[in-house]
Amino acid sequence: MPVIELDHVSHAFAEGVGSRLVVDDVTLTLTEQRIGVIGANGSGKSTFARMLNALVIPTTGKVRVDGLDTASEARAVRRRVGFCFTDPDAQIVMPTVAEDIAFGLRRRRLAPAEVAARVDAALGSYGLDAHRDHPAHLLSGGQKQLLALASVLVTEPDLVVMDEPTTLLDLANTERIRTVVRGLAQQVVLVTHDLDLVDDFDRVIVFHEGRLAFDGSPGTAVAHYRALVR
Amino acid sequence: MSTASVYVPRDSLIHRLGAARKLLFLAGVAAASALVREPWQVGVLLGLALALYAVARLPGRTALAQVRPVLWLLVALGVFQWLVDGWARAVVVVGVLLALVLLAALVSLTTRTSDIVDVVVRLCGPLRRWGVEPERVGLLVALGIRSVPVVVELARQVRDAQRARGLTASPVAFAVPLVVRSLRHADRLGEALVARGVED
Ligand SMILES: Nc1ncnc2c1ncn2[C@@H]1O[C@H](COP(=O)(O)OP(=O)(O)OP(=O)(O)O)[C@@H](O)[C@H]1O
Ligand SMILES: [Mg+2]
Repeated sequence: MPVIELDHVSHAFAEGVGSRLVVDDVTLTLTEQRIGVIGANGSGKSTFARMLNALVIPTTGKVRVDGLDTASEARAVRRRVGFCFTDPDAQIVMPTVAEDIAFGLRRRRLAPAEVAARVDAALGSYGLDAHRDHPAHLLSGGQKQLLALASVLVTEPDLVVMDEPTTLLDLANTERIRTVVRGLAQQVVLVTHDLDLVDDFDRVIVFHEGRLAFDGSPGTAVAHYRALVR
Repeated sequence: MSTASVYVPRDSLIHRLGAARKLLFLAGVAAASALVREPWQVGVLLGLALALYAVARLPGRTALAQVRPVLWLLVALGVFQWLVDGWARAVVVVGVLLALVLLAALVSLTTRTSDIVDVVVRLCGPLRRWGVEPERVGLLVALGIRSVPVVVELARQVRDAQRARGLTASPVAFAVPLVVRSLRHADRLGEALVARGVED
């Protein structure tokens, strides 16, 4: 598993003339395979998740993935870290299912035969076989999220970060995503409001107003989060 | 099915034809169409377009769906030409445009976007000397094609939201939220591209 290290990380967004601190002095080392992130709206979860893929560079402190500094080695970090957004419509960049899966591979300049083989394998393992040449925008919400996930996983990242991948999905599709996540060999950091989704995770962290409020097992983390709300 | 011209997989001669040839043919017809003067020539052109749909094993319904978005424009243009230049000119102008729309749509219906992108990348290859990155141009084309259904869907959402709130059709009340949503989409798309390894 890659090692994720945050060393006194803070992040402030510019706001008018001043700035607002949204991640406040977080120091963490994550080595487990499945890590859940929970917390209230606006508590800084997405900002934290984005830091792992160098989409957000913290204003102070250092984020390292497998020893790579996200500030100075963003490209290398992004090659190792796959990112799955909440809204699949925004991350599907090619018109058809197979083309979107191939997109990340083509950018890596793999041989066409290798690309085709990997696309076929991905279509098969995420149940998208029948939709190969379908326009991506005609898929159902659940299928779109599966496609978005497949397009990320096909590039074989060492770490997969997911920001509320099931928020737009119904029960059946949430189960499909859960099954896919369970089957992943990679390290997973998953942000969610669906507390059931992380109940078998190795470690769950709770954000509260930009701070790390709790860090531990799923059961105690959820109990802590509930206590914060009361 | 949607009206946007997106690839429809079929096993046909036209589907198997290389993307470059199809684009070249389209350019050729577009150039030749400038020579069309007589209504009977328009008839031949339209007949050719429809025959090619048949060869591509696409139903007339699909051909019709390609024309629907520009139908009113063509009607308005036709009426204008008729009043100004007479009916023969109106038939020629509208007919030629109709045929070109049909043929352009046929290319996108029978060609995978990635194949079109490959052609674009190859064509832009010589421009590398002047600092143009062919892969980037290709990506732009792909994103453009992908964005059409997204914007159509956004427009539908805005219209529905207005109807639900009992607002009547006003161009400004429609355009402003549509532009805002499109920009937000572009923003998220940009972020997703970065996350998927496209550096800018
Ligand atoms: N690009 C940005 N510019 C300015 N402020 C931002 C930006 N992104 C997030 N914020 C602010 O940072 C704070 C934390 O946002 P973040 O998205 O990390 O929260 P979150 O825990 O993911 O919330 P949610 O559960 O609603 O997704 C919020 O107050 C938000 O308004
Ligand atoms: Mg969030």
